[in-house]
Amino acid sequence: MPDTDPPLSIEVDDVTVAYANGHTALRDASFTLGAGTICALVGVNGSGKSTLFKSIMGFLRPVRGRVRIAGLPVEASRKRQLVAYVPQSEDVDWTFPVSVWDVVMMGRYGHMNFMRIPRAEDKPIAHECLERVGMSEFQDRQIGELSGGQKKRVFLARALAQRGRIMLLDEPFTGVDVQTETAIIELLRSLRSEGHIILVSTHNLGSVPEFCDQVVLINRTVLAFGPTEQVFTEDNLSRAFGGVLRHFRFDQSTIQEHDGRTVKLLTDDERPLVFGKDGHLEYTERHGREELVKERAKEAGEQ
Amino acid sequence: MTTLLTPFHYEYMVKAILVSGLIGGVCAFLSCFITLKGWSLMGDALSHAVVPGVSLAWLLGLPFSLGAFVAGVLAALGMGWVKNNSRLREDAVIGVVFTSFFALGLLLLSLYPSNLNLRTIIFGNILAISDPDILQVLIISAVSILVLGLKWRDLLLYCFDESHARSLGLNTRFLHFLLLALLSATAVAALQTVGACLVVAMLVTPGATAYLLTDRFGKMLGIATLTGVLCGVAGAYASYFLNGSTGGCIVVLQTVVFLIALIFAPKHGLLTARAQRRAAAMP
Repeated sequence: MPDTDPPLSIEVDDVTVAYANGHTALRDASFTLGAGTICALVGVNGSGKSTLFKSIMGFLRPVRGRVRIAGLPVEASRKRQLVAYVPQSEDVDWTFPVSVWDVVMMGRYGHMNFMRIPRAEDKPIAHECLERVGMSEFQDRQIGELSGGQKKRVFLARALAQRGRIMLLDEPFTGVDVQTETAIIELLRSLRSEGHIILVSTHNLGSVPEFCDQVVLINRTVLAFGPTEQVFTEDNLSRAFGGVLRHFRFDQSTIQEHDGRTVKLLTDDERPLVFGKDGHLEYTERHGREELVKERAKEAGEQ
Repeated sequence: MTTLLTPFHYEYMVKAILVSGLIGGVCAFLSCFITLKGWSLMGDALSHAVVPGVSLAWLLGLPFSLGAFVAGVLAALGMGWVKNNSRLREDAVIGVVFTSFFALGLLLLSLYPSNLNLRTIIFGNILAISDPDILQVLIISAVSILVLGLKWRDLLLYCFDESHARSLGLNTRFLHFLLLALLSATAVAALQTVGACLVVAMLVTPGATAYLLTDRFGKMLGIATLTGVLCGVAGAYASYFLNGSTGGCIVVLQTVVFLIALIFAPKHGLLTARAQRRAAAMP
Protein backbone atom coordinates (compact mmCIF):
# COMPACT_ATOMS: atom_id res chain seq x y z
CA MET A 1 0.00 0.00 0.00
CA PRO A 2 2.48 2.63 -1.09
CA ASP A 3 -0.14 5.38 -1.22
CA THR A 4 -1.07 5.02 2.45
CA ASP A 5 2.57 5.15 3.59
CA PRO A 6 3.77 8.51 4.81
CA PRO A 7 6.56 10.01 2.68
CA LEU A 8 9.94 8.53 3.48
CA SER A 9 12.30 10.59 5.62
CA ILE A 10 14.83 10.50 8.43
CA GLU A 11 14.65 13.37 10.89
CA VAL A 12 17.38 13.58 13.50
CA ASP A 13 16.38 16.44 15.72
CA ASP A 14 18.78 17.84 18.32
CA VAL A 15 19.84 14.35 19.40
CA THR A 16 22.16 13.88 22.37
CA VAL A 17 23.20 10.33 23.28
CA ALA A 18 24.98 9.48 26.52
CA TYR A 19 26.02 5.96 27.54
CA ALA A 20 25.40 4.41 30.95
CA ASN A 21 28.98 5.17 32.01
CA GLY A 22 28.30 8.89 31.45
CA HIS A 23 30.22 9.20 28.18
CA THR A 24 28.45 11.57 25.76
CA ALA A 25 28.90 10.09 22.30
CA LEU A 26 26.79 12.58 20.38
CA ARG A 27 25.60 16.08 21.23
CA ASP A 28 22.87 18.17 19.59
CA ALA A 29 23.02 16.32 16.29
CA SER A 30 20.47 17.41 13.69
CA PHE A 31 19.87 16.65 10.03
CA THR A 32 17.02 15.63 7.74
CA LEU A 33 17.01 13.33 4.74
CA GLY A 34 14.19 12.99 2.23
CA ALA A 35 13.31 10.18 -0.19
CA GLY A 36 15.72 9.29 -2.99
CA THR A 37 19.15 10.09 -1.65
CA ILE A 38 22.53 8.52 -1.02
CA CYS A 39 24.04 10.28 1.94
CA ALA A 40 27.56 9.69 3.23
CA LEU A 41 28.17 9.73 6.96
CA VAL A 42 31.75 10.84 7.30
CA GLY A 43 33.89 11.17 10.42
CA VAL A 44 36.93 9.75 12.21
CA ASN A 45 36.74 6.59 14.33
CA GLY A 46 34.92 7.40 17.55
CA SER A 47 33.15 10.42 16.06
CA GLY A 48 29.76 8.85 16.79
CA LYS A 49 28.95 7.20 13.46
CA SER A 50 27.80 3.92 14.98
CA THR A 51 26.06 5.76 17.81
CA LEU A 52 24.05 7.63 15.21
CA PHE A 53 23.21 4.38 13.41
CA LYS A 54 22.10 2.79 16.66
CA SER A 55 19.88 5.78 17.44
CA ILE A 56 18.25 5.59 14.02
CA MET A 57 17.59 1.87 14.54
CA GLY A 58 16.25 2.56 18.02
CA PHE A 59 18.89 0.55 19.91
CA LEU A 60 19.90 3.65 21.84
CA ARG A 61 17.43 6.10 23.28
CA PRO A 62 18.63 9.71 23.09
CA VAL A 63 18.78 11.52 26.42
CA ARG A 64 17.57 14.59 24.57
CA GLY A 65 16.07 15.24 21.16
CA ARG A 66 14.34 12.69 18.96
CA VAL A 67 14.66 10.59 15.84
CA ARG A 68 11.69 10.17 13.53
CA ILE A 69 11.48 7.83 10.59
CA ALA A 70 8.86 8.71 7.96
CA GLY A 71 7.27 10.92 10.59
CA LEU A 72 6.99 8.01 13.06
CA PRO A 73 8.81 7.36 16.32
CA VAL A 74 11.60 4.80 15.89
CA GLU A 75 9.72 1.98 17.68
CA ALA A 76 6.77 2.29 15.33
CA SER A 77 9.02 2.40 12.27
CA ARG A 78 10.69 -0.80 13.41
CA LYS A 79 7.38 -2.63 13.36
CA ARG A 80 6.99 -1.55 9.75
CA GLN A 81 10.54 -2.71 9.02
CA LEU A 82 11.42 0.51 7.29
CA VAL A 83 15.07 0.40 8.28
CA ALA A 84 17.46 -2.30 7.04
CA TYR A 85 21.01 -2.51 8.33
CA VAL A 86 24.11 -3.92 6.63
CA PRO A 87 26.72 -4.63 9.32
CA GLN A 88 30.47 -4.23 9.15
CA SER A 89 32.19 -7.45 8.12
CA GLU A 90 34.09 -7.59 11.41
CA ASP A 91 30.80 -7.83 13.31
CA VAL A 92 29.75 -11.09 11.65
CA ASP A 93 30.70 -14.61 12.80
CA TRP A 94 31.78 -16.10 9.46
CA THR A 95 32.23 -19.62 10.87
CA PHE A 96 28.52 -19.80 11.73
CA PRO A 97 26.93 -22.85 10.04
CA VAL A 98 24.54 -20.98 7.73
CA SER A 99 24.46 -20.77 3.94
CA VAL A 100 24.06 -17.69 1.73
CA TRP A 101 20.44 -18.70 1.20
CA ASP A 102 19.81 -18.98 4.97
CA VAL A 103 21.16 -15.47 5.54
CA VAL A 104 19.01 -13.91 2.81
CA MET A 105 15.96 -15.75 4.18
CA MET A 106 16.65 -14.22 7.59
CA GLY A 107 15.87 -10.89 5.94
CA ARG A 108 12.31 -12.20 5.45
CA TYR A 109 11.80 -13.26 9.11
CA GLY A 110 10.00 -10.05 10.00
CA HIS A 111 7.40 -10.81 7.33
CA MET A 112 6.90 -14.42 8.39
CA ASN A 113 4.58 -15.89 11.02
CA PHE A 114 5.33 -16.85 14.62
CA MET A 115 7.30 -19.96 13.64
CA ARG A 116 9.15 -18.24 10.78
CA ILE A 117 8.15 -20.78 8.19
CA PRO A 118 8.74 -19.28 4.72
CA ARG A 119 5.57 -18.56 2.77
CA ALA A 120 5.19 -19.01 -0.97
CA GLU A 121 6.12 -15.39 -1.70
CA ASP A 122 9.27 -15.36 0.45
CA LYS A 123 11.31 -17.65 -1.79
CA PRO A 124 10.89 -15.71 -5.06
CA ILE A 125 11.80 -12.50 -3.17
CA ALA A 126 14.97 -14.09 -1.78
CA HIS A 127 15.87 -15.40 -5.26
CA GLU A 128 15.30 -11.99 -6.79
CA CYS A 129 17.46 -10.25 -4.16
CA LEU A 130 20.32 -12.74 -4.67
CA GLU A 131 19.99 -12.19 -8.41
CA ARG A 132 20.17 -8.44 -7.95
CA VAL A 133 23.52 -8.61 -6.15
CA GLY A 134 24.79 -11.28 -8.56
CA MET A 135 25.14 -14.02 -5.94
CA SER A 136 22.61 -16.60 -7.17
CA GLU A 137 25.22 -19.20 -8.06
CA PHE A 138 26.63 -19.07 -4.52
CA GLN A 139 23.37 -19.64 -2.66
CA ASP A 140 24.42 -22.98 -1.18
CA ARG A 141 27.83 -21.85 0.03
CA GLN A 142 28.59 -21.55 3.72
CA ILE A 143 29.14 -17.82 4.33
CA GLY A 144 32.76 -18.23 5.44
CA GLU A 145 33.70 -19.66 2.03
CA LEU A 146 33.12 -16.35 0.25
CA SER A 147 35.51 -13.55 -0.67
CA GLY A 148 35.30 -10.16 1.07
CA GLY A 149 33.23 -8.63 -1.73
CA GLN A 150 30.86 -11.60 -1.95
CA LYS A 151 30.30 -11.50 1.82
CA LYS A 152 29.26 -7.86 1.54
CA ARG A 153 26.87 -8.61 -1.28
CA VAL A 154 25.15 -11.37 0.70
CA PHE A 155 24.35 -8.95 3.50
CA LEU A 156 23.15 -6.39 0.96
CA ALA A 157 20.82 -9.06 -0.43
CA ARG A 158 19.55 -9.70 3.11
CA ALA A 159 18.78 -5.99 3.49
CA LEU A 160 17.01 -5.98 0.11
CA ALA A 161 14.98 -9.05 1.14
CA GLN A 162 13.89 -7.21 4.25
CA ARG A 163 12.28 -4.65 1.93
CA GLY A 164 13.43 -1.79 4.15
CA ARG A 165 13.24 1.43 2.22
CA ILE A 166 15.84 3.06 4.42
CA MET A 167 19.19 1.35 4.28
CA LEU A 168 22.08 1.87 6.68
CA LEU A 169 25.45 0.59 5.48
CA ASP A 170 28.37 0.45 7.88
CA GLU A 171 31.71 0.77 6.07
CA PRO A 172 30.53 -1.15 2.98
CA PHE A 173 33.80 -0.79 1.08
CA THR A 174 36.24 -2.10 3.67
CA GLY A 175 37.96 -5.27 2.41
CA VAL A 176 36.10 -5.12 -0.90
CA ASP A 177 37.65 -5.36 -4.37
CA VAL A 178 37.22 -2.49 -6.84
CA GLN A 179 34.84 -4.50 -9.01
CA THR A 180 32.48 -5.17 -6.10
CA GLU A 181 32.70 -1.54 -5.00
CA THR A 182 31.52 -0.46 -8.46
CA ALA A 183 28.73 -3.05 -8.40
CA ILE A 184 27.59 -1.94 -4.93
CA ILE A 185 27.58 1.73 -5.98
CA GLU A 186 25.56 0.81 -9.08
CA LEU A 187 23.03 -1.01 -6.91
CA LEU A 188 22.77 1.91 -4.47
CA ARG A 189 22.15 4.29 -7.36
CA SER A 190 19.30 2.19 -8.66
CA LEU A 191 17.81 2.01 -5.15
CA ARG A 192 18.06 5.80 -4.96
CA SER A 193 16.12 6.13 -8.20
CA GLU A 194 13.46 3.87 -6.63
CA GLY A 195 13.14 6.42 -3.84
CA HIS A 196 15.13 4.70 -1.07
CA ILE A 197 17.12 6.60 1.51
CA ILE A 198 20.64 5.22 1.81
CA LEU A 199 22.96 6.29 4.59
CA VAL A 200 26.53 5.06 4.18
CA SER A 201 29.16 5.41 6.88
CA THR A 202 32.60 5.55 5.32
CA HIS A 203 36.07 6.92 5.80
CA ASN A 204 36.82 6.40 2.12
CA LEU A 205 36.75 10.10 1.25
CA GLY A 206 37.68 9.67 -2.40
CA SER A 207 34.59 7.67 -3.30
CA VAL A 208 32.12 10.02 -1.57
CA PRO A 209 31.82 12.65 -4.37
CA GLU A 210 31.53 9.78 -6.86
CA PHE A 211 28.19 8.47 -5.66
CA CYS A 212 26.84 10.42 -2.69
CA ASP A 213 24.60 13.41 -3.35
CA GLN A 214 24.55 14.46 0.31
CA VAL A 215 27.00 14.34 3.18
CA VAL A 216 26.69 14.44 6.96
CA LEU A 217 30.05 15.32 8.53
CA ILE A 218 30.25 14.37 12.17
CA ASN A 219 32.59 14.61 15.07
CA ARG A 220 30.60 14.07 18.28
CA THR A 221 28.03 16.38 16.67
CA VAL A 222 26.89 17.21 13.14
CA LEU A 223 29.55 19.63 11.83
CA ALA A 224 28.01 20.12 8.42
CA PHE A 225 25.19 18.64 6.41
CA GLY A 226 23.93 19.19 2.88
CA PRO A 227 24.70 18.55 -0.80
CA THR A 228 28.15 17.02 -1.37
CA GLU A 229 29.59 19.92 -3.37
CA GLN A 230 28.72 22.36 -0.58
CA VAL A 231 29.79 20.22 2.38
CA PHE A 232 32.84 18.48 0.96
CA THR A 233 35.14 21.45 1.22
CA GLU A 234 38.71 21.47 2.44
CA ASP A 235 37.66 23.68 5.31
CA ASN A 236 34.88 21.37 6.52
CA LEU A 237 36.98 18.24 6.10
CA SER A 238 39.84 19.71 8.13
CA ARG A 239 37.33 20.50 10.87
CA ALA A 240 36.00 16.93 10.81
CA PHE A 241 39.37 15.25 10.69
CA GLY A 242 41.62 17.82 12.35
CA GLY A 243 45.24 16.83 11.97
CA VAL A 244 44.25 13.25 11.18
CA LEU A 245 43.76 13.87 7.46
CA ARG A 246 46.81 13.10 5.32
CA HIS A 247 48.08 15.74 2.96
CA PHE A 248 50.05 15.35 -0.21
CA ARG A 249 50.99 18.82 -1.42
CA PHE A 250 52.54 18.76 -4.88
CA ASP A 251 54.52 21.97 -4.38
CA GLN A 252 56.23 20.58 -1.29
CA SER A 253 56.84 17.09 -2.68
CA THR A 254 59.68 15.76 -4.78
CA ILE A 255 57.51 16.11 -7.91
CA GLN A 256 59.00 18.61 -10.36
CA GLU A 257 58.02 20.52 -13.47
CA HIS A 258 59.24 17.81 -15.82
CA ASP A 259 56.83 15.27 -14.28
CA GLY A 260 54.09 17.34 -15.88
CA ARG A 261 50.68 15.73 -15.86
CA THR A 262 52.03 12.21 -15.96
CA VAL A 263 52.08 11.74 -12.19
CA LYS A 264 50.34 8.51 -11.15
CA LEU A 265 48.52 8.44 -7.81
CA LEU A 266 47.74 5.13 -6.11
CA THR A 267 45.71 5.12 -2.93
CA ASP A 268 43.69 2.78 -0.75
CA ASP A 269 42.31 5.87 0.98
CA GLU A 270 45.20 5.85 3.38
CA ARG A 271 48.41 7.67 2.47
CA PRO A 272 48.69 7.97 -1.33
CA LEU A 273 51.58 6.36 -3.15
CA VAL A 274 52.82 8.64 -5.93
CA PHE A 275 54.88 7.71 -8.99
CA GLY A 276 56.50 10.34 -11.20
CA LYS A 277 56.89 10.45 -14.96
CA ASP A 278 59.24 7.49 -15.36
CA GLY A 279 57.60 5.47 -12.67
CA HIS A 280 59.99 6.55 -9.93
CA LEU A 281 58.82 7.02 -6.35
CA GLU A 282 57.92 10.50 -5.18
CA TYR A 283 58.07 11.71 -1.58
CA THR A 284 55.81 14.12 0.30
CA GLU A 285 58.74 16.19 1.56
CA ARG A 286 61.20 17.86 -0.76
CA HIS A 287 63.05 18.94 2.35
CA GLY A 288 65.94 16.58 3.20
CA ARG A 289 65.92 14.96 -0.25
CA GLU A 290 67.79 17.68 -2.14
CA GLU A 291 70.23 15.12 -3.59
CA LEU A 292 67.40 13.13 -5.13
CA VAL A 293 65.74 16.21 -6.58
CA LYS A 294 69.04 17.34 -8.14
CA GLU A 295 69.70 13.89 -9.63
CA ARG A 296 66.25 13.70 -11.18
CA ALA A 297 66.60 17.19 -12.61
CA LYS A 298 69.90 16.16 -14.19
CA GLU A 299 68.31 13.08 -15.77
CA ALA A 300 65.57 15.21 -17.25
CA GLY A 301 68.14 17.66 -18.61
CA GLU A 302 67.04 20.59 -16.45
CA GLN A 303 69.38 23.00 -14.74
CA MET B 1 23.31 -63.35 23.87
CA THR B 2 21.20 -63.53 27.00
CA THR B 3 23.85 -61.67 28.99
CA LEU B 4 23.57 -58.75 26.57
CA LEU B 5 19.86 -58.56 27.33
CA THR B 6 20.12 -58.83 31.11
CA PRO B 7 19.97 -55.03 31.73
CA PHE B 8 16.51 -55.06 30.18
CA HIS B 9 15.27 -57.53 32.82
CA TYR B 10 15.59 -54.87 35.48
CA GLU B 11 12.98 -52.14 35.50
CA TYR B 12 15.40 -49.59 36.99
CA MET B 13 17.83 -50.20 34.12
CA VAL B 14 15.17 -49.78 31.46
CA LYS B 15 14.05 -46.53 33.07
CA ALA B 16 17.64 -45.31 33.37
CA ILE B 17 18.37 -46.08 29.70
CA LEU B 18 15.23 -44.35 28.43
CA VAL B 19 15.58 -41.28 30.64
CA SER B 20 19.28 -40.92 29.79
CA GLY B 21 18.47 -41.08 26.09
CA LEU B 22 15.74 -38.46 26.44
CA ILE B 23 17.86 -36.04 28.47
CA GLY B 24 20.84 -36.66 26.20
CA GLY B 25 18.73 -35.69 23.20
CA VAL B 26 17.18 -32.56 24.70
CA CYS B 27 20.53 -31.29 26.02
CA ALA B 28 22.17 -32.02 22.67
CA PHE B 29 19.54 -30.07 20.74
CA LEU B 30 20.09 -27.08 23.01
CA SER B 31 23.87 -27.52 22.88
CA CYS B 32 23.88 -26.33 19.24
CA PHE B 33 22.65 -22.92 20.36
CA ILE B 34 24.90 -22.84 23.42
CA THR B 35 28.10 -23.56 21.46
CA LEU B 36 27.25 -21.09 18.67
CA LYS B 37 26.31 -18.35 21.14
CA GLY B 38 29.55 -18.95 23.05
CA TRP B 39 27.77 -19.77 26.28
CA SER B 40 29.58 -23.01 27.18
CA LEU B 41 31.01 -21.49 30.34
CA MET B 42 27.58 -20.14 31.17
CA GLY B 43 26.20 -23.70 30.94
CA ASP B 44 28.79 -24.92 33.40
CA ALA B 45 28.03 -22.01 35.73
CA LEU B 46 24.27 -22.53 35.68
CA SER B 47 24.52 -26.27 36.30
CA HIS B 48 26.45 -25.56 39.51
CA ALA B 49 24.31 -22.59 40.47
CA VAL B 50 21.12 -24.69 40.66
CA VAL B 51 22.36 -26.59 43.75
CA PRO B 52 21.12 -24.20 46.48
CA GLY B 53 17.70 -24.26 44.81
CA VAL B 54 17.51 -28.02 45.27
CA SER B 55 18.13 -27.68 48.99
CA LEU B 56 15.72 -24.78 49.47
CA ALA B 57 13.00 -26.58 47.52
CA TRP B 58 13.35 -29.55 49.89
CA LEU B 59 13.07 -27.28 52.93
CA LEU B 60 9.94 -25.63 51.51
CA GLY B 61 8.43 -28.91 50.37
CA LEU B 62 8.41 -27.95 46.67
CA PRO B 63 9.46 -30.09 43.69
CA PHE B 64 13.26 -29.96 43.49
CA SER B 65 13.33 -28.95 39.81
CA LEU B 66 11.30 -25.82 40.54
CA GLY B 67 13.79 -24.67 43.17
CA ALA B 68 16.71 -25.54 40.94
CA PHE B 69 15.23 -23.67 38.00
CA VAL B 70 14.61 -20.55 40.08
CA ALA B 71 18.18 -20.66 41.43
CA GLY B 72 19.57 -21.05 37.90
CA VAL B 73 17.61 -18.10 36.56
CA LEU B 74 18.58 -15.97 39.59
CA ALA B 75 22.24 -16.80 38.99
CA ALA B 76 21.94 -15.83 35.33
CA LEU B 77 20.25 -12.55 36.20
CA GLY B 78 22.87 -11.92 38.89
CA MET B 79 25.66 -12.42 36.37
CA GLY B 80 23.99 -10.04 33.94
CA TRP B 81 23.55 -7.43 36.63
CA VAL B 82 27.13 -7.58 37.94
CA LYS B 83 28.49 -7.49 34.40
CA ASN B 84 26.49 -4.40 33.47
CA ASN B 85 27.32 -2.56 36.66
CA SER B 86 31.00 -3.27 37.09
CA ARG B 87 34.12 -3.09 34.99
CA LEU B 88 34.79 -6.81 35.36
CA ARG B 89 35.13 -9.11 32.38
CA GLU B 90 32.44 -11.70 31.82
CA ASP B 91 34.55 -14.73 32.78
CA ALA B 92 35.40 -13.19 36.17
CA VAL B 93 31.74 -12.37 36.79
CA ILE B 94 30.66 -15.92 35.90
CA GLY B 95 33.41 -17.34 38.11
CA VAL B 96 32.41 -15.28 41.13
CA VAL B 97 28.65 -15.74 40.86
CA PHE B 98 28.45 -19.46 40.18
CA THR B 99 30.93 -20.45 42.87
CA SER B 100 28.97 -18.31 45.37
CA PHE B 101 25.78 -20.13 44.48
CA PHE B 102 27.48 -23.52 44.58
CA ALA B 103 29.09 -22.79 47.96
CA LEU B 104 25.76 -21.65 49.35
CA GLY B 105 24.24 -24.90 48.08
CA LEU B 106 26.92 -27.00 49.75
CA LEU B 107 26.41 -25.14 53.00
CA LEU B 108 22.63 -25.56 52.94
CA LEU B 109 22.88 -29.25 52.06
CA SER B 110 25.29 -29.91 54.90
CA LEU B 111 23.20 -27.95 57.43
CA TYR B 112 19.83 -29.37 56.37
CA PRO B 113 20.28 -32.91 55.03
CA SER B 114 17.57 -33.71 52.49
CA ASN B 115 16.38 -36.79 50.63
CA LEU B 116 18.81 -35.94 47.87
CA ASN B 117 22.27 -36.30 49.24
CA LEU B 118 25.24 -34.27 48.08
CA ARG B 119 26.72 -37.15 46.12
CA THR B 120 23.55 -37.54 44.08
CA ILE B 121 23.43 -33.86 43.20
CA ILE B 122 27.06 -33.56 42.24
CA PHE B 123 27.56 -36.91 40.52
CA GLY B 124 24.01 -37.91 39.65
CA ASN B 125 22.32 -41.24 40.30
CA ILE B 126 20.02 -42.16 37.47
CA LEU B 127 19.69 -45.77 38.65
CA ALA B 128 17.84 -44.63 41.75
CA ILE B 129 15.61 -42.08 40.05
CA SER B 130 12.10 -42.06 41.55
CA ASP B 131 8.91 -41.97 39.50
CA PRO B 132 7.97 -38.41 40.55
CA ASP B 133 11.46 -37.32 39.46
CA ILE B 134 10.99 -39.06 36.12
CA LEU B 135 7.74 -37.16 35.74
CA GLN B 136 9.58 -33.87 36.37
CA VAL B 137 12.20 -34.77 33.78
CA LEU B 138 9.47 -35.66 31.28
CA ILE B 139 7.68 -32.36 31.82
CA ILE B 140 10.88 -30.32 31.50
CA SER B 141 11.89 -32.20 28.36
CA ALA B 142 8.46 -31.85 26.76
CA VAL B 143 8.30 -28.11 27.43
CA SER B 144 11.89 -27.58 26.18
CA ILE B 145 11.28 -29.56 22.98
CA LEU B 146 8.04 -27.68 22.36
CA VAL B 147 9.63 -24.25 22.87
CA LEU B 148 12.70 -25.10 20.80
CA GLY B 149 10.55 -26.60 18.06
CA LEU B 150 8.50 -23.42 17.82
CA LYS B 151 11.21 -20.80 18.25
CA TRP B 152 14.45 -22.32 16.97
CA ARG B 153 14.65 -19.99 13.97
CA ASP B 154 14.32 -16.90 16.14
CA LEU B 155 16.96 -18.26 18.52
CA LEU B 156 19.24 -19.05 15.59
CA LEU B 157 18.95 -15.50 14.26
CA TYR B 158 19.53 -14.16 17.77
CA CYS B 159 22.72 -16.22 18.08
CA PHE B 160 23.91 -15.25 14.60
CA ASP B 161 23.20 -11.52 14.46
CA GLU B 162 21.58 -9.90 17.46
CA SER B 163 21.45 -6.42 15.88
CA HIS B 164 19.68 -7.71 12.81
CA ALA B 165 17.19 -9.64 14.93
CA ARG B 166 16.49 -6.44 16.80
CA SER B 167 16.13 -4.35 13.67
CA LEU B 168 13.53 -6.84 12.39
CA GLY B 169 11.45 -6.14 15.47
CA LEU B 170 12.26 -9.40 17.29
CA ASN B 171 12.28 -9.08 21.07
CA THR B 172 15.93 -9.94 21.68
CA ARG B 173 15.69 -9.42 25.43
CA PHE B 174 12.98 -12.06 25.55
CA LEU B 175 15.05 -14.41 23.36
CA HIS B 176 18.06 -13.93 25.62
CA PHE B 177 15.96 -14.79 28.64
CA LEU B 178 14.33 -17.72 26.82
CA LEU B 179 17.70 -19.26 26.02
CA LEU B 180 18.85 -18.79 29.62
CA ALA B 181 15.63 -20.35 30.92
CA LEU B 182 15.99 -23.34 28.58
CA LEU B 183 19.59 -23.71 29.69
CA SER B 184 18.59 -23.71 33.36
CA ALA B 185 15.70 -26.10 32.77
CA THR B 186 17.74 -28.68 30.88
CA ALA B 187 20.58 -28.37 33.39
CA VAL B 188 18.08 -29.28 36.09
CA ALA B 189 16.82 -32.27 34.11
CA ALA B 190 20.34 -33.50 33.45
CA LEU B 191 21.32 -33.11 37.08
CA GLN B 192 19.73 -36.47 37.91
CA THR B 193 21.51 -38.35 35.17
CA VAL B 194 25.07 -37.12 35.24
CA GLY B 195 25.19 -34.72 38.19
CA ALA B 196 26.09 -31.05 38.43
CA CYS B 197 29.73 -31.65 37.57
CA LEU B 198 29.10 -33.25 34.19
CA VAL B 199 25.94 -31.44 33.04
CA VAL B 200 28.03 -29.04 31.00
CA ALA B 201 29.37 -31.96 28.93
CA MET B 202 25.82 -32.88 27.90
CA LEU B 203 25.15 -29.23 27.04
CA VAL B 204 28.30 -28.64 24.99
CA THR B 205 29.94 -31.79 23.63
CA PRO B 206 27.22 -32.95 21.16
CA GLY B 207 26.95 -29.44 19.69
CA ALA B 208 30.72 -29.14 19.42
CA THR B 209 30.91 -32.56 17.73
CA ALA B 210 28.20 -31.68 15.21
CA TYR B 211 29.78 -28.28 14.49
CA LEU B 212 32.92 -30.08 13.32
CA LEU B 213 30.93 -32.33 11.01
CA THR B 214 28.71 -29.90 9.11
CA ASP B 215 28.29 -26.33 7.83
CA ARG B 216 24.50 -26.36 7.95
CA PHE B 217 22.54 -25.60 11.06
CA GLY B 218 19.73 -28.03 10.26
CA LYS B 219 22.18 -30.91 9.92
CA MET B 220 24.01 -29.75 13.04
CA LEU B 221 20.78 -30.08 15.06
CA GLY B 222 20.20 -33.57 13.65
CA ILE B 223 23.73 -34.85 14.25
CA ALA B 224 23.92 -33.38 17.76
CA THR B 225 20.55 -34.78 18.83
CA LEU B 226 21.37 -38.20 17.41
CA THR B 227 24.72 -38.42 19.21
CA GLY B 228 23.06 -37.13 22.39
CA VAL B 229 20.38 -39.81 22.35
CA LEU B 230 22.71 -42.64 21.31
CA CYS B 231 25.39 -41.77 23.87
CA GLY B 232 22.72 -41.45 26.59
CA VAL B 233 21.25 -44.87 25.78
CA ALA B 234 24.53 -46.65 25.13
CA GLY B 235 26.26 -45.07 28.11
CA ALA B 236 23.53 -46.09 30.54
CA TYR B 237 23.48 -49.60 29.02
CA ALA B 238 27.25 -50.00 29.21
CA SER B 239 27.37 -48.82 32.81
CA TYR B 240 25.53 -52.01 33.82
CA PHE B 241 28.34 -54.22 32.56
CA LEU B 242 31.15 -51.94 33.67
CA ASN B 243 29.45 -51.55 37.02
CA GLY B 244 30.59 -47.92 36.87
CA SER B 245 29.06 -44.48 37.13
CA THR B 246 26.29 -43.93 34.55
CA GLY B 247 27.11 -40.24 34.15
CA GLY B 248 30.77 -41.08 33.66
CA CYS B 249 29.93 -43.69 30.99
CA ILE B 250 27.69 -41.30 29.04
CA VAL B 251 30.15 -38.42 29.04
CA VAL B 252 33.17 -40.61 28.23
CA LEU B 253 31.22 -41.99 25.27
CA GLN B 254 30.36 -38.45 24.11
CA THR B 255 34.01 -37.50 24.38
CA VAL B 256 35.05 -40.51 22.30
CA VAL B 257 32.59 -39.47 19.57
CA PHE B 258 33.90 -35.89 19.78
CA LEU B 259 37.52 -37.05 19.40
CA ILE B 260 36.61 -39.18 16.38
CA ALA B 261 34.96 -36.12 14.80
CA LEU B 262 37.91 -33.90 15.70
CA ILE B 263 40.33 -36.22 13.92
CA PHE B 264 38.30 -37.63 11.02
CA ALA B 265 35.74 -34.91 10.20
CA PRO B 266 35.62 -34.69 6.38
CA LYS B 267 36.04 -30.91 6.12
CA HIS B 268 37.13 -29.55 9.49
CA GLY B 269 39.03 -32.55 10.88
CA LEU B 270 42.70 -32.69 11.84
CA LEU B 271 43.52 -35.25 9.13
CA THR B 272 41.95 -33.12 6.39
CA ALA B 273 43.80 -30.04 7.62
CA ARG B 274 47.06 -31.99 7.55
CA ALA B 275 46.37 -33.30 4.04
CA GLN B 276 45.62 -29.75 2.85
CA ARG B 277 48.84 -28.46 4.38
CA ARG B 278 50.76 -31.22 2.68
CA ALA B 279 49.07 -30.52 -0.66
CA ALA B 280 49.96 -26.83 -0.32
CA ALA B 281 53.61 -27.72 0.26
CA MET B 282 53.76 -29.76 -2.96
CA PRO B 283 55.63 -27.98 -5.74
